[in-house]
Formats: sequence, C-alpha cells, structure tokens
Amino acid sequence: MRSRGGRYPLRVLALGYLGAVLLVPVGAVIWRAFGDGVAPVWQAITTPDALHAFWLSLLIAAIAVPLNTLFGVACAVVLVRHRFPGRRLLDAVIDLPFAISPVVIGLALILVYGQAGWMGGWLAERGIQVIFSLPGMVMATVFVSLPYVVREVAPVLREVGTEQEEAAWTLGASPLRSFLQVTLPAIRWGVAYGVVLTTARALGEFGAVTIVSGRLAGQTETLTLYVENRFEAFDLTGAYAASLTLAVLALLVLLAMTRLQRKEGH
Amino acid sequence: MSILVRHATRRFGNFTALDDVSVEIPSGSLTALLGPSGSGKSTLLRVIAGLERPDAGTVEIDGRDATGLPPQRRGVGFVFQHYAAFKHMTVRENVAFGLKVARRPKAEIRARVEELLELVQLPGLAERYPSQLSGGQRQRMALARSLAVQPSVLLLDEPFGALDARVRKELRAWLRHLHDEVHVTTVFVTHDQEEAMEVADRIVVMNHGQVEQVGGPRDLYEHPENAFVMGFVGPVTRLGELFIRPHDVELRLEPNGTTSEAMVERLVHLGFEVRADLVLHDGQRLQAQLSREEAEALELHQGQIVFVRPSRTRQFAS
Repeated sequence: MRSRGGRYPLRVLALGYLGAVLLVPVGAVIWRAFGDGVAPVWQAITTPDALHAFWLSLLIAAIAVPLNTLFGVACAVVLVRHRFPGRRLLDAVIDLPFAISPVVIGLALILVYGQAGWMGGWLAERGIQVIFSLPGMVMATVFVSLPYVVREVAPVLREVGTEQEEAAWTLGASPLRSFLQVTLPAIRWGVAYGVVLTTARALGEFGAVTIVSGRLAGQTETLTLYVENRFEAFDLTGAYAASLTLAVLALLVLLAMTRLQRKEGH
Repeated sequence: MSILVRHATRRFGNFTALDDVSVEIPSGSLTALLGPSGSGKSTLLRVIAGLERPDAGTVEIDGRDATGLPPQRRGVGFVFQHYAAFKHMTVRENVAFGLKVARRPKAEIRARVEELLELVQLPGLAERYPSQLSGGQRQRMALARSLAVQPSVLLLDEPFGALDARVRKELRAWLRHLHDEVHVTTVFVTHDQEEAMEVADRIVVMNHGQVEQVGGPRDLYEHPENAFVMGFVGPVTRLGELFIRPHDVELRLEPNGTTSEAMVERLVHLGFEVRADLVLHDGQRLQAQLSREEAEALELHQGQIVFVRPSRTRQFAS
C-alpha cells in the first residue's frame, strides 16, 4: 500500500502537467477568440470560406469514419479469429499509420495518385481526380485514422471468446446472424470507442491532408487548414474563432467518449 | 436419439486429441465422458456437436450421417462450462433465442419460455440480466436455452466445473432428476469420477485420446478392464503387480500365516468411515478402509502394529 502522504504530490504533478500542456493553451484559445466580444467571432466563423471548411471537415469525417469502422471490425475479426500465414505481418502493417508521419503519408499518396503518379494518369484519363480534391483528402484521412477501430475492437473480441457465438450456432443461428446479434453487441463498446477516436483523429488531421489537398480556399480547405490559412494571413480573430470551432467539436467527441465509458462501467 | 461415432481422429498440430475413437451412445441414455484433462473428452463432445471437424471418421445422430453438417443443423443442445450466456440479453431473451431463430409465433415463444424457466427453477427471473444471476442460475438458464429448441441430443461440457462444491452437488442431483423428466439423450463431460458415478447411467472412460472402457458405474468399479480405469474410477493401492481397493484390505491384530506385518502411520476419520494409512515391513504403503465399528473393535491407533491381508486383488496384463 502506498502511503496517503505520497498521493497529493503525485496528484498535483499529474494535474499540473495536464494544465501546462493541455488546459492552459486550450483555455487561451478560447480567451483570445473572445478578446473583442462575441460578434467578431460569430462573423469570423460564418464567412463562406469558414463555413465551407467546417462542412468539408464534417463530410470527410462522415465518409472516412464509417469506412474505417467496417474495415476495422472486419480486420479485428480476421486478426483474432483466423489463423493464416502472414497474420503477424498484417498485425504489424495496421499500426503503420501510427508510426509514419502524416506528411509522409500525404507524399506517398501523391506519388501513387498524383498527375505523374502510377495510377493518377490512368484515373485522370477517366475524369477522376484524386489529388487536390475530395477523394485524395478522404484517402489521407482514412489512412491516418485506420488503426483506431482495429486496436479498440481486437482485444475486446479476444476477451469475449467464441463460446457465445458457438452457443448461437447450436441454437440454429447462421454465422452472420450470430455475429450481428451475439458478437457485435458483446463488442459494441469497443466499436463505439474506436469510432469516437477515429472521428477525433479525422477531424483533427492536418499533415497528410495539407499535402494532398492543394489548400484551395473554399474548395479543398478543411477546418484545420483554414485555421492555418487565417493565422498566416494575420487574421488572428479568424484563426482563433476557427480553432474554437475545432475545440468545440473535439469537446463534443470527448463528451461522447466519457458517456460511453460510464455505460461500459455499468 | 442415439449417437454413433466411428473412427474419429482429430489432431491439433502435433497433439492428437482424438485417436481413432469409436463410441455408441444409446437413445435416451445419460452418458458421462470421463477422463483427465487432455484425454480428448471435450474434443469428442465438440465433434458430436459439429463445433469441431474430425480429421477422419464419421458421426451419426439418430441414424443419419451428420459428419458434414454444421452445428445449426444437427439438432443438438450445447451447454458450456462458462455458461456462454448472451450478456446483453435478459434471461427471457436468452431462452427465447433459438425459438426466435426458428421463427416460432410470439405467443408460443412466450409460453415455452415460461414453461422452461419453471422446469429449470428460475421462474420470476425472466427480466434479469445474466450478470444479476449466480453461477448456478446462469448454468440453469443456459440449460433452458439449449432445451428450448427441443434438441434430439443434449451435450454438456464440464457443466458444473465453474461452480463451487455445494452448488455443484445440488446441480448434479438436479440434472439427474431433469433427465428422468425430459428423457433427451444426454452426454456430459467431466473429469470428476464421483460426478460421473453419481449422475450417469453409462460412463465412457477416456485417456490419451482413446476410449479405455465403456460401462455402467458399478460395472466400471467392479470390473475395470485395465490399470488406468481401475485407478481413475476409485482409490487404489498398487503392490507390485497387484491392485487393491482400500476396502478390500483385511486388518487383524494377530498374524495367521497369510498376512503381512504393517504399521499404522496415520488414521483419518471420515465420518462413517476410517481410513488407515499403513506402511508394510518392506516400506511399501497401503491404504485400508474400515467402518467406524471395525476400527473401534480393533482399537486402532497411530503407531500400532497390525497384520494385513488383501481380501481381493486384481492384476492386469501390461
């Protein structure tokens, strides 16, 4: 047992660290944004470019998150339940987006899908533009937020085991029905947690999307790119206001996450 | 419905879980698959259920070849050691699961669930979740769930293994009782010979992926075919080539020419019975089991010198 006396310094250290690197800077953003009152903030986040950036960020997340959820659950099932040569390799490859810098991911996408890329030319002939448009930005976001669902679901799936599924089989349920009605509910909090993390990552993505988007204001500019754009143009109110929007979105995601955690504890 | 397994073999990598096993389970019987861990008893049960494919061999259920059938179409109920309860469903939904899959009408499902909960003595708990039940209650729920679809065969894999000793004893008696009521062909796996003896009317003793002997509880105890069965279905002492049950050891205070001298090393009082741990003059150990009266008549005490003679021994060709 740790002595009670040792607890307080540890708590102060942990909270102080959080405060210095997280709470104070985020608080400062909110403080600065409202430095001249609410009106300029509202104005800044309702300009056509800001609104477009906001919806574009949501649109990309709305495509990338379901894709990664489907892929992530399927991939977790394969990793946990199947035995095949190359399984360990697949297991390692899934973590690649954690290890590689988003900027490198962006460049790699250009290498393959850019005008001069391996597939870019072929696609361009058929009128499909990947780089400097939505498909490329979605791909970049999918890439960087790929591991979250797999990594949240796989351990839960392992813990749940196969017995419930087997019980469902002997009761006449098809493998698909058993998965949907027995396994999926058993792993639902893992999936939900993975979705929340994926969403947060997708909304906040900057590096890879910067490279593949071309950063055309009002066209391929997401909210994070818009913040930087405003910052570089010395429009500090605009930058802080857009940051505030991002922070609010992140806060909503976090709130969803704590609610899930509370349910899980039930 | 009868089950017939012929020449079933199942390997996991280098480990042979089932080695050319053939076994017949008569319709309506309550059969125990008894053996130490790793003997292949659970694998055999899973092969019958279709949860495991044999590498070779066939499974017939009710005269129909089931070897290629998936578990969904074998008409088997399966009960797992750790209940395999659907945790997100209530007791009612758990029990109704198989009936819903079979698309039975709602009224029928409702009536059948009530009837089954009555049968497994869980009435009034239909709206609880498995996490709100005790281990014994969960296992009874799992049993009701498997019986709901009226399986032709009920298979239980160490069904009482995760329960504490008292509940285990209760459920054993209850399973026996239930079988007398429902009459479904039942096979259960256990490593506990007492459980097998108490519940089953037929016992299949397994070891190293093979069947050692099949018979009734009394039959196995009285006429074991080999040393393994002799040792597994009851206590036994081995003197050289001879196998002796503790209750087949005769104790006297005077030698009579056929007896050997022994010292009482320890006396264990087990209620009605007394067990004497003996050391023979050549250092070999022997256990004797006596009634309390016999022990009192001999005035047995620790350190005493007695004279022993096995009244019955067995020898097996090795």
